[in-house]
Amino acid sequence: MSRQRVIVVGGGLAGLAAAMKIAELGMSVLLVSFLPVKRSHSVCAQGGINGAVNIKGEGDSPDIHFYDTVKGGDFLANQPLCKDMCHHAPYIINLMDRLGVTFNRTPEGNLDFRRFGGTLYHRTAFAGATTGQQLLYALDEQVRHFEVQGIVEKMEWHEYLGAVLNNDGRCVGAVIHNLRTGEIMALKGDAVILATGGPGLVYGRSTNSMVCTGTATTSAYLQGAKYGNGEFIQIHPSAIPGRDKLRLMSESARGEGGRIWVPRKAGDSRSPKDIPEKERFYFLEERYPLYGNLVPRDVGAREIYDICVNEGLGVKGEMKVYLDLTHHTPEFLNRRLGGILEIYEKFTGVDPREEPMEIFPAVHYSMGGIWTDYTPTSDGLIDYQSPNNQMTSITGLYAAGEADYQYHGGNRLGANSLLSCIYTGLMMSPGVINYVKNLPEAAEDHPQKVFDDASRQWQERFSDINKMNGSENPYALHRELAEQMISNVLIVRENSKLEATLDKINEFESRWKNITCLDTTDWSNPVPSFINQLWNMIQLSKVITKGALMRDEFRGSHYKPEFDLKQPDDFQPETYLEFEKQKADGNLNESAFDQQHLAYMKRFAENNEKWLKTTIAEYKNGTSGSEGGPEISYEDVDTSLITPRPRKYN
Amino acid sequence: MSDTVTFKIKRQNTAESSPYWENFVIPYIPNSNVISCLMDIQTKPENSKGEKVTPVVWESNCLEEVCGSCTMVINGKVHQACSALIDKLEKPITLEPMSKFPVIRDLIVDRSRMFEALKKVQAWVTADGYHDLGPGDRESQSIQEVAYKLSECMTCGCCVEACPQYTQKNNFLGAAAISQARLFNMHHTGKNITDERLDTLMQEGGISDCGNAQNCVEVCPKSIPLTESIAEIGRQVSGKILRNIFKA
Repeated sequence: MSRQRVIVVGGGLAGLAAAMKIAELGMSVLLVSFLPVKRSHSVCAQGGINGAVNIKGEGDSPDIHFYDTVKGGDFLANQPLCKDMCHHAPYIINLMDRLGVTFNRTPEGNLDFRRFGGTLYHRTAFAGATTGQQLLYALDEQVRHFEVQGIVEKMEWHEYLGAVLNNDGRCVGAVIHNLRTGEIMALKGDAVILATGGPGLVYGRSTNSMVCTGTATTSAYLQGAKYGNGEFIQIHPSAIPGRDKLRLMSESARGEGGRIWVPRKAGDSRSPKDIPEKERFYFLEERYPLYGNLVPRDVGAREIYDICVNEGLGVKGEMKVYLDLTHHTPEFLNRRLGGILEIYEKFTGVDPREEPMEIFPAVHYSMGGIWTDYTPTSDGLIDYQSPNNQMTSITGLYAAGEADYQYHGGNRLGANSLLSCIYTGLMMSPGVINYVKNLPEAAEDHPQKVFDDASRQWQERFSDINKMNGSENPYALHRELAEQMISNVLIVRENSKLEATLDKINEFESRWKNITCLDTTDWSNPVPSFINQLWNMIQLSKVITKGALMRDEFRGSHYKPEFDLKQPDDFQPETYLEFEKQKADGNLNESAFDQQHLAYMKRFAENNEKWLKTTIAEYKNGTSGSEGGPEISYEDVDTSLITPRPRKYN
Repeated sequence: MSDTVTFKIKRQNTAESSPYWENFVIPYIPNSNVISCLMDIQTKPENSKGEKVTPVVWESNCLEEVCGSCTMVINGKVHQACSALIDKLEKPITLEPMSKFPVIRDLIVDRSRMFEALKKVQAWVTADGYHDLGPGDRESQSIQEVAYKLSECMTCGCCVEACPQYTQKNNFLGAAAISQARLFNMHHTGKNITDERLDTLMQEGGISDCGNAQNCVEVCPKSIPLTESIAEIGRQVSGKILRNIFKA
């Protein structure tokens, strides 16, 4: 068989981890990236990476991490994967330490850990407040070493357009666009890994970087790959408003003791420092005495929305609350949070060591992504040799990191994203190599026509884009799409608005055809590429919105007030386990339960029966007169290890 | 406050073509930065004469000053465009590409020389493998604090843009790469290849090319103590030269 190689698309944590591991295992890697990999979006991750190393002697363990992760995700994640990830987390942190990440230290010189949302343990290793940047750099350095040795080849300034599929529908390469010369070519690869991150730009301004358009994953969806849980978009409670983007204010600010509050008096115009303690409403601490400011993000974002919109208590009447760190010394803050405090100061001109920060919720992460497979072992972990791990529904096309859908269910816990990115990259690699080595025929041995046809199709597509001569400005149209998504598919979702949004998206789709290609030169021209990205963002916004419309329940980040099961205040989740046990044993003693609780548990069980399922979106071509779009179906979730139960954080 | 902002932008269509200046007048919007203004130009690409032109091309990604992409020369000073706030800049605002790298187009330059420099100084830890080999070494808080600061370098290019010794005609490695060599030379296992790093830094383009102008440390957006790094590598190189003399 001819020489074989794997194409990795994307140079963030997941892509670099995969490239590094595959190279270590001796297989050639072609690493394709939109921009120099060191500038990937992973650098924006701030607070840390989770792993139950139990440095603080709190009795933390991977199983508790696993439980917190599954509960945080409202039980929508496939459990064997979560379990395996959490069990490998301590090893991943140790590995990154060995590779030179400058993690913060305890006085004895051990790795230091801090608290994060959705857990009661100190489980988050961190390097100041630029942990993602530091982790990315360590992997970038390893991959650069492989590059020098000739095992990894990098193609930066190239954008992935689509997969090359052979006659059997198997992925045998990737069509890529040289962002300098404009050349479009088909590359041969025996497996292709999409590690292309999330789609925050569908919402215009978010905490995401400019490359996070979701174009590559959407392209896979348009080529027939299943897309999972698209409607689950994480809104981060704390971001800094901005005209170009909404900069993240890390959850670690609260992990280090930051307190969220608003003035008790609506529209209070005093400076925050002049508002006495008793006139401050620490609403998260009051409403969630156990987790306080460290409730999971879906809960935090909803509470801020409630305080600002329903209670009208937002700072200065706006959608903003205070995040207060001023009770700490500047020395403490600089050592543990320096990076994020500098960002706040640089962009707002206010020193957060002296004044409470003003923050508000912003689109941050997609729990959903390309559907991927896995093979569990009999003990509920993952069989690393299986070629199925992380494979999409297109044979030979894989996905990793935020691009996949697997690890975070309906809501991701803070500091689990860096973990899931590195974990998927490392975990999938032996299986990808097994897949490649057992192929009947190498990509290299396929007829050239397969590749020529694929590149020609994309060349024609871009030639058509270059000829677009309508009246719409693509960047302005993007702003309109974003406004719709921000207004209607965010924290609180209502069916009537979702329906109207779908109509609006269809309208944008028609208007897209009336775009003018603002720049038709053939050198380093981002406009045709953006027009193509915008098409994909429109397609993905349909997946997100239709998934949200059809899911008539309240789970994780997907909140429809109309379908809130209204958990009684005094209800304890353990009661539900007893209820389930009695039901399973066939001797449910209804009179033994509080009747309100019983009614709630019945509602909960019934709702899970219907909705504890993965949303699957598959692209269907339009019929005459109508455009194509997502067809939604549902798939069972593997909940074999932890019984789903109501979430409670107070 | 004026209700418009004028930008004077140095543009260049291709790597070979000549640069030209083009002015843009856009509505003033509070809390803008250079990037949000460039985005505004994209939505209505017209120059100050009212002519339809191609949108200005620039490089950016994170927009929170951690990726290093959007470095350019703003009012004569090298800076990230994302953290260049309009309210703090003198008007009109001039934007130019960095001068120490080949221009690709408009405000985009080719900084691959900086990444090549990281290869030359072997800015990595040599690992036996990526399987479970247990925890790394313990480290003191004081050393971690020094190393962390160095590891914040985002290869943005500010230091070499401001450096009088770094030109498109020579092969000086520059402050960023020298500082990375220091970072890895102080790491428990990274230091195993200190000698190889110092060999590179003793050659042409290495430490002796530094003219001690100290501009690098002035412009570093992350306040990395680049001159301390250069001094430290200078000491390491001197020590190695001395050791070589005694060996010989």
